[in-house]
Amino acid sequence: MRIPGATLFSSRYRLLQKRLHPITKEWGLTFYVLRHSKLAVIGALIAFAFILIALFGSLIAPYDPISANIQYRFQPPSASHPLGTDTMGRDVMSRMLAGAQHSIKAGLIVLAIAVPLGVLLGGIAGLYGGWVDEVIMRITDMFLAFPSLVLAMAFSAALGPSLFNAMIALSIVWWPMYARLVRGQALAVRETSYVEAARSRGASSLHIMFKHILPNCLSPILVTLTLDMGWVITAAASLSFLGFGAQPPIPEWGRMVSDGRIYMLRAWWMSVFPGLGIVLVVLGFNLLGDGIRDSLDPKLRRLTEVTWKREKTSSSSTD
Amino acid sequence: MEARENLLVVDRLKTQFFTYGGVVEALDEVSFEIEKGEIFGLVGESGCGKSVTATSILGLVAKPGRVISGRILLDGENLLEKNDHEMNDVRGSRIAMIFQDPTSSLNPLFRIGRQVAEPYVYHQHRPKRQALKDATEILTKTGFPDADEKARNYPHELSGGLRQRAMIAMSLTCEPELLIADEPTTNLDVTIGRQILDLVKDLQREFGASVLWITHDMAVVAQMCDHVGVMYAGSIVEKTDVRTLFRNAKHPYTERLLRAIPSAVKSTDKLEEIPGSVPRLINPPTGCRFHPRCDYVMAVCSSVKPAEQEIEPGHWVACHRFAGEGEAT
Amino acid sequence: MTTALFECRNLTKFFPIKNLFRETGRVHAVEDVNLTIPEGGTVGLVGESGCGKTTLARTLLLLIEPTSGQVIFRGEDMVSRSKRQLRQFRRETAIVFQDPYSSLDPRMLIADVVGEPLVIHKVAFGEDRDNVVLSLLKRVGLDADHMYRYPHEFSGGQRQRLAIARALAADPKFILLDEATSALDVSVQAKILNMLSQLKADLRLTYMFISHDLSVVRHLSDHIGVMYLGRMVEYGTREQVFDTPTHPYTRGLLAAAPSLDPNDRDRPREVVLQGEVPSAVEPPSGCRFHPRCPDRKPGCDNVRPELVDIGDGHLVACIPG
Repeated sequence: MRIPGATLFSSRYRLLQKRLHPITKEWGLTFYVLRHSKLAVIGALIAFAFILIALFGSLIAPYDPISANIQYRFQPPSASHPLGTDTMGRDVMSRMLAGAQHSIKAGLIVLAIAVPLGVLLGGIAGLYGGWVDEVIMRITDMFLAFPSLVLAMAFSAALGPSLFNAMIALSIVWWPMYARLVRGQALAVRETSYVEAARSRGASSLHIMFKHILPNCLSPILVTLTLDMGWVITAAASLSFLGFGAQPPIPEWGRMVSDGRIYMLRAWWMSVFPGLGIVLVVLGFNLLGDGIRDSLDPKLRRLTEVTWKREKTSSSSTD
Repeated sequence: MEARENLLVVDRLKTQFFTYGGVVEALDEVSFEIEKGEIFGLVGESGCGKSVTATSILGLVAKPGRVISGRILLDGENLLEKNDHEMNDVRGSRIAMIFQDPTSSLNPLFRIGRQVAEPYVYHQHRPKRQALKDATEILTKTGFPDADEKARNYPHELSGGLRQRAMIAMSLTCEPELLIADEPTTNLDVTIGRQILDLVKDLQREFGASVLWITHDMAVVAQMCDHVGVMYAGSIVEKTDVRTLFRNAKHPYTERLLRAIPSAVKSTDKLEEIPGSVPRLINPPTGCRFHPRCDYVMAVCSSVKPAEQEIEPGHWVACHRFAGEGEAT
Repeated sequence: MTTALFECRNLTKFFPIKNLFRETGRVHAVEDVNLTIPEGGTVGLVGESGCGKTTLARTLLLLIEPTSGQVIFRGEDMVSRSKRQLRQFRRETAIVFQDPYSSLDPRMLIADVVGEPLVIHKVAFGEDRDNVVLSLLKRVGLDADHMYRYPHEFSGGQRQRLAIARALAADPKFILLDEATSALDVSVQAKILNMLSQLKADLRLTYMFISHDLSVVRHLSDHIGVMYLGRMVEYGTREQVFDTPTHPYTRGLLAAAPSLDPNDRDRPREVVLQGEVPSAVEPPSGCRFHPRCPDRKPGCDNVRPELVDIGDGHLVACIPG
């Protein structure tokens, strides 16, 4: 990555460039490996498409997703309504386009709360060990002992049914996995020679945590995060399906599946299309997550680095 | 060539690994002979190809590697012409191997007695009970204390030294003609390692086997071996009997290597440093592979690989300095 | 020149073996060791597995808390000091480990790896720090090209140089070398050993060198301690220990190491030590070495031999000897 127009040869600038170069090289390799995995690319496209729909869905929806149009109810998929209409005459496709944002919001918010919380607790547990570790891990175990959805339902019921409360409930249920993950890494990193060397020179636990443990955790966290996105979306949809999350008339996909349940025989498109949508999104994030996991795998990287270098030198020599 | 009986003749062995990053030229026409009943040492630093030589002889070169050319004659038979099935009969019964790490070479799920008995059952078709008894006997021979009791132990219950003895016992069950020992004492304590060295010497004498001893430790070579081959970057650079090697090493690498060992110099002297570092074997240096680091480098060294010259009876050196002094192979 | 930089007195370390909460046994890793490291000296520590040299080294640097005893650095006892009080101690001591492949954080650039002590002790930041790192790299025979790369791009010998460069950051006075060359080839080891000698002279350092390789210890050290099952059995100058080894274990150890002279195999040998090193959980009574000792006398199994000066500071812990 050349910083364009870097004619300012101030030494600080050059220093930054020198430091960034190896890091960008590493990322370059990551993207190269990713690009060459068909499944990862498909997953990335699906995920990307989903994000676009979430951002702009409401704007491109041809029909109003909320207001009723009774005379057009239960229309099967047709040219004017590619995915049919629902019990209130609303266009299913428009509802899905407008509703995607709720699913992604749920995913982002839940992970934005659960991941830092889990990482922090797991890191502290792994780094300090002893009774701190025991206490945190037993709390984690308590949360993990419950089926996550049931626990989320319980919290949701206590807080009152709404999408926002569902997200809070899911956050509470989701952090233990990250805590476990980071704790395991912290334990491993803690025992390494380089941490021992740092301690022998007087490094504080904080220094060890932020300079050694967390950077070494980034890869597994990133992979889990990506894979999780799909699952959080499913969980939010499930809660909405059960009535604990999004309330009508919000066109959240899980809610839509639930609303269409009783009309399955009469108007199957009401439930099937949102359901398929959820499946596709989960698939996309799973494929992407697997792809990222592979692209960060040291052995595969070493092998691929050879072809990457070869391609780079041959393309630069033809310039 | 003198008329001594050779058990193993390795003739211009060439092994390469076809990896993603290129072709690793691991062995570049390696030749040596092991007489019947002698201990031959193959010595060199990491990456020189000594372990690959052992796996090539056994036909166990790991993928993506392959023996490209050459001959390996065991008592006249070319092992490279045998198929895998035939080699299975050779391995364990005619040629046995002991490894550096006994822990990973012993199956943690089975008791020691049973593992040592396995070659008896597989190669000699002895009935199980008999095989176990014989296993106990041979374990005792290798200095295993209380063999009948300890044979019921699992590998992880034994110390490193005992595991190595078990390995040696296992390798000797079928009275092999050739024993290949790949750094068996490197991971052991000095005193235990010394016991193993003495043990192998005694057993070798008793069983009349030949030994190919692979190591990086020149001192072990000095005490164990009758003849030595010094390897560098996939080739044998010097080959002679052990006393001549230490008294009169001629190859620049061997000379320097001997002076880099702490016990060879007075404590106040600086250790000899060889400039540069061991080359990669993908696209190795042309001509003599040592030439980039050699004090005596001449023009020819970078283009022509030196052939082995017999500069004095039984002392072979692969170096252009001595070209013409002896007869080339 | 003979001021003791570092000293330990009656240093003992037990590791309890716990069965749930009760202690069912102890690993007697280090027992009652006295050691003096003079400023500017190199003390070598030898012994086989289970002898406690690794534990002793780590306890000396207070990476492990001693069970009892004192660790005296520059005349002051360091045991049970707070982390803040130990800051200066930690700045003045450094460690180099055996395995070059795990002693550098694989996710950090070399400049950050080597510069880490400078950050910890707030010596230099940003560009200044990188300049200091560059000078350290030059001292160990590397250069600017190597600064902004990852550890995996370097060979074992180069990584060990990097580990040494890191140890030299923030101007330590004492460096503990724990089997620092054991994982290296002979020719690479030679370069590193020469470099270590040069650095010691240039920077007026004090070394403690731990190794199982007697020839390396002999080459580098001026004083040598021999350990067996947690106890120091012999201590003296290099000449005293290697030319006139007195303790039966030392003699056995020296006899066991193969020599570089092929003619030695014809010469009559010292008795080779038989048996294995016993467990450190239930060590033999009295003199820990008595079960394997060729010079064992009655009484060796119930009296613990103390280190006795047999002349000129040559200490031996053996009753008949």
